[in-house]
Amino acid sequence: MNRRYTRLSGLEPLVITPELNFINVGERTNVTGSAAFKKLIKEDRYDEAVEVARQQVANGAQILDVNMDEGLLDAEAAMVRFLSLIAAEPDIARIPVMVDSSKWSVIEAGLKCLQGKGVVNSISLKEGEEAFLEQARKVLRYGAATVVMAFDEQGQADSVERRLEICARSYKLLTEKIGFPPEDIIFDSNVFPIATGIEEHANNAVNFIEAAKQLKKRFPDSHVSGGVSNVSFSFRGNNAVREAIHSVFLFHAIRAGMDIGIVNAGAMPIYDDLDPELRERVEDVVLNRRGDATERLMQIAERFRKGAREEDNGSALAWRDFAVGKRLEYALVHGIDQFVVEDTEQARTTVTRTLDVIEGPLMDGMNVVGDLFGAGKMFLPQVVKSARVMKKAVAHLLPFMEEEKKKSGDIGKSNGKIVMATVKGDVHDIGKNIVGVVLACNNFDVVDLGVMVPAQKILDAARAEHADMIGVSGLITPSLEEMAHVAKEMKRQNFTIPLLIGGATTSRAHTALKIEPNYETACVWVKDASRAVGVAQSLVSKELVDDFLAKVRADYAEVRERHRNRGPTKRLVTLDAARANASNLDWSNYTPPAPRKPGVTVFDDIPLSELLPVIDWTPFFQTWELAGHYPALLEDKIVGAQATELFDDAEKILKKIVAEKWLRAKAVIGFWPAARDGDDIALSDSGKTVMLHHLRQQADKPAERPNLCLSDFIAPKDSGVQDWVGGFAVTAGLGIEEHLDRFQKQNDDYSAIILKALADRLAEALAEYMHRRVRREFWGFAPDEALDNEALIAETYRGIRPAPGYPACPDHTEKTTLFRLLEATKNVGIELTEGFSMYPAAAVSGWYFSHPNSQYFVVGKLTRDQVEDYARRKGWSLQEAERWLSANLDYDPD
Amino acid sequence: MSALPWTNPARVAALEAALAERILVIDGAMGTMLQGYKLDEDGYRGERFARGHEGTHAHGHGPSCDHDVKGNNDLLTLTQPEIIRAVHTAYLDAGADLVETNTFNSTTISQADYHLEHLVPELNREGARLARECCDAAEAGTPGKPRFVIGVLGPTSRTASISPDVNNPGFRNVDFDTLAAAYAQAAHALMQGGADTLMVETVFDTLNAKAALFAIEQAFDTLGARVPVMISGTITDLSGRTLSGQTTEAFYYSLRHARPLSVGLNCALGATELRTHVDALARVAECHVSTHPNAGLPNAFGEYDETPEHMATIIAEFARSGWVNLVGGCCGTTPAHIAAIAAAVRGVAPRRLPKLVESAA
Repeated sequence: MNRRYTRLSGLEPLVITPELNFINVGERTNVTGSAAFKKLIKEDRYDEAVEVARQQVANGAQILDVNMDEGLLDAEAAMVRFLSLIAAEPDIARIPVMVDSSKWSVIEAGLKCLQGKGVVNSISLKEGEEAFLEQARKVLRYGAATVVMAFDEQGQADSVERRLEICARSYKLLTEKIGFPPEDIIFDSNVFPIATGIEEHANNAVNFIEAAKQLKKRFPDSHVSGGVSNVSFSFRGNNAVREAIHSVFLFHAIRAGMDIGIVNAGAMPIYDDLDPELRERVEDVVLNRRGDATERLMQIAERFRKGAREEDNGSALAWRDFAVGKRLEYALVHGIDQFVVEDTEQARTTVTRTLDVIEGPLMDGMNVVGDLFGAGKMFLPQVVKSARVMKKAVAHLLPFMEEEKKKSGDIGKSNGKIVMATVKGDVHDIGKNIVGVVLACNNFDVVDLGVMVPAQKILDAARAEHADMIGVSGLITPSLEEMAHVAKEMKRQNFTIPLLIGGATTSRAHTALKIEPNYETACVWVKDASRAVGVAQSLVSKELVDDFLAKVRADYAEVRERHRNRGPTKRLVTLDAARANASNLDWSNYTPPAPRKPGVTVFDDIPLSELLPVIDWTPFFQTWELAGHYPALLEDKIVGAQATELFDDAEKILKKIVAEKWLRAKAVIGFWPAARDGDDIALSDSGKTVMLHHLRQQADKPAERPNLCLSDFIAPKDSGVQDWVGGFAVTAGLGIEEHLDRFQKQNDDYSAIILKALADRLAEALAEYMHRRVRREFWGFAPDEALDNEALIAETYRGIRPAPGYPACPDHTEKTTLFRLLEATKNVGIELTEGFSMYPAAAVSGWYFSHPNSQYFVVGKLTRDQVEDYARRKGWSLQEAERWLSANLDYDPD
Repeated sequence: MSALPWTNPARVAALEAALAERILVIDGAMGTMLQGYKLDEDGYRGERFARGHEGTHAHGHGPSCDHDVKGNNDLLTLTQPEIIRAVHTAYLDAGADLVETNTFNSTTISQADYHLEHLVPELNREGARLARECCDAAEAGTPGKPRFVIGVLGPTSRTASISPDVNNPGFRNVDFDTLAAAYAQAAHALMQGGADTLMVETVFDTLNAKAALFAIEQAFDTLGARVPVMISGTITDLSGRTLSGQTTEAFYYSLRHARPLSVGLNCALGATELRTHVDALARVAECHVSTHPNAGLPNAFGEYDETPEHMATIIAEFARSGWVNLVGGCCGTTPAHIAAIAAAVRGVAPRRLPKLVESAA
């Protein structure tokens, strides 16, 4: 599949996909915009000028704007010199360059220095069509994209109409006359200042935003850009207010369709972080909402400066009177990190070798933890908390050990080394992190490569680290395929170390059938974190390993044998037969409800407090391998006490999440007219037809039980009935990184994992909450629905919200269509990875169906005829279809 | 990008038809074969330059001219055409669908090392003509199997985006305009000599290649017609980047504006080391994908010793992975390698070009 994405390059590629949302162009290497940079260039201080570029990149610039237009400079020579210098700096040269000048000769000189695909800023119709096209032809030949200014023979566009007129004319000339690729056109429709006190300027931002909206709609493959700092020109000198204006302006412009902007990448506050009063008054100015907006902003403008905050601490207890070794043991077993550094320091002063603290009291304590865990008397959350204490103690000791190592050359011994990663395309890592922590506190050396790690990187790291084993994890179904790929590559590259498979969608059967045959050497499925230590220890033990692997191999061989002999356990029927047994709802006596608010609606900042009552806690405990239903679980004889403690800790963190707004919750929903078209659903999005592709059950069923497909719940075209389908994407994970980083820095995996798990719960709660509001308000087919939380979780209401990638619609790639319809990346900040996993991971998306008979079901296994049919509908090759539907195939693809 | 007509629409149609049907085979190394002839200075000079100059040429090569030309393989096109013909023919007999002209260094920039800049148009024209002759002969022998001449534009020994002076990172020993002028002259002459396509190859600095592609467009303008353009880059070490620092994807994105017939990788590494990069290219390229690797990495004596069978096995695996449309060999490969590769990819389906999906937004 290939789309018209803009593909730029420095040393590395920059593909502008909708998921990127907004591209920052660094503006500080521009002599017309930065007095400091101008001074450096004029004084020939090019070394320092290069540092400015480096900072822009470090601050997140994705393209670097370079402008040398200054009356006293030889702009061509300065451009060539500066571009040649930054070409020699790999950390700068990795991003594409925007060659910025009002003189064509300077642009051309700059283009001759770029090995990558850069951007010209800019060309326009200012000098007429001929000059415009001549320059555009050159841009094509030099291999660059270009900014097109909304400027023509009459002058610069300032109204919405003029902007559209000039941009449309430019677009037509470029694409029709010289075949310029639409995706390489970036419209700059002129950002003009607001709050200048001049009446005609009041609507400047509004007009830009409106133009952006219409341009993006008319020219979806092209981009909309602008120089953002112009808008706040009248607040020169008050950077806090300027930055607030930029932030608010961008917030609205990006929602409208602006997707590239020249900004100071280092100084851009987050819209939601702005002081509410300031934000409101800035918003009044940007959106021109009231006549006195400018005065009201001036009134408070001087007041705004930044501040800071601190955190507090708890109190001491009786165990503080124990001897130091016992205190450490107590702290480890109880997971109390409050005093661990001072206790560790005290222990250190009593030994001759720092390592003795680790091998003595700390390991003793961890052994107690390990014994209790092995005996089922301690549970995973406690072990992770213990590990946090251990990590902090070790972190304190490390510098001393380094010092001693220099003197003696002594090093500690480890059980073995494991390289772990969440595979390419997948961002889910809660489970993997828990396994990492558990292994680490059992004295394994854990090299965690993080998430979305390509196979080769995992293997290279394993080689470089001389790892004893590799562990791969993943949550979504495409990850299964990727794991099989890792196994294949391990075989091809002659690895001999064991491969451990884990994660929610993995299974013994899948590992035996699809992964192990690719790497017979040693491939082990690990059911959950509590088994990880046992498996890892068996694998590194010379005495145990052979027996253990022999057993595993025999076990998997048996699984395969059974699979071969089972025949088709559930007989499948052909696609035609399944279609003949579709559920035929009676449309003649049914009028589908029309949504009260069709089209797309964005909910920008949903108070987390509203989600608390809707949280389904049971899966939270499952994350920690505490089995049982909430709230009965809290009273459970075996795990009750531990569950209660975990629940208390989670509640504490949850309170902070809500009170201090650690996380932001956003949602976008949409409804579109739709009609069933075979097994697909044809929906109409602003007049364009968009196909939603669905799959049908093929199990051999009795006549009274239909072979379901989600499209069955939508009225067919020829029924004469107008039906609708909805979609949603929600996240509660925005802003999580900062807090995860903080916990990571404090060696506090326990809190980090709780935070991630809570974000997941909040996202699920948000999906439930939005669905309820959809039923009651926005679609409005159940205005009087009143269900309590348990009934919600039990899903006793009317309508369903199946998610792409889950049993009723197992094709993850359909998320692309859903995201495009909802503009989910732009609207709520959720990105799709190449494996169609959502980032932030705390996100839920899916379709809404309203028919009273709509229900969840499992599509299950598919025969080749349906896969071929589906491939045709999707415009895929059969291989692509088999790849994305691999978990559902009832046959072995060629 | 150019709206100009093809110089020879029938040949382009034949090439595209062949590409749609099977994986095509490019020839192997010219230099490796020439080494086998062990020519000395006199051998390189041939009759024409036996006395150090040619009588017809008016410039400074007088009787006292003593610039050595040994090692100037491209000169053999003029002085030992039979040898060049024999190499081309050996590769065609081995099953090559396309042969590369003996013009890797036939630019004024490279010939300056031998003070033979004035021969550049002739080297390219004759280089193309010789290859054309051999292809025509082979085509006559095996009707139904068209053979094509790839007009080769080499990288030159200069780099437009890297400084040769570590103390002066802003310095360059060549610029875009100088490169473009040299390439335009060479491209023009290759087309005059009858090249079916032009290939900008062994690209280690992408800016050099951009200059070459710019120049090719100029040559098309001058001739009022065009030929398909092929591009082949070089990943220079195991870091997986070009000499000028680009990743494979960035390399392709920097050059795809030329709307090439094919993009690929050659030289520097053996097929094994190229594997991930060919895979990466096959994922992003909208055009055909080619690869002509070296016969492994050089051994302790700087020789390439990967056997034809081994190399063919690896390339066949690329083919079965659905990554390639054109395969061949670079340094160290011989007709035996090409025959083995041709046999190994026979019957394997060529990579299918990705379909462009228009935006629905």
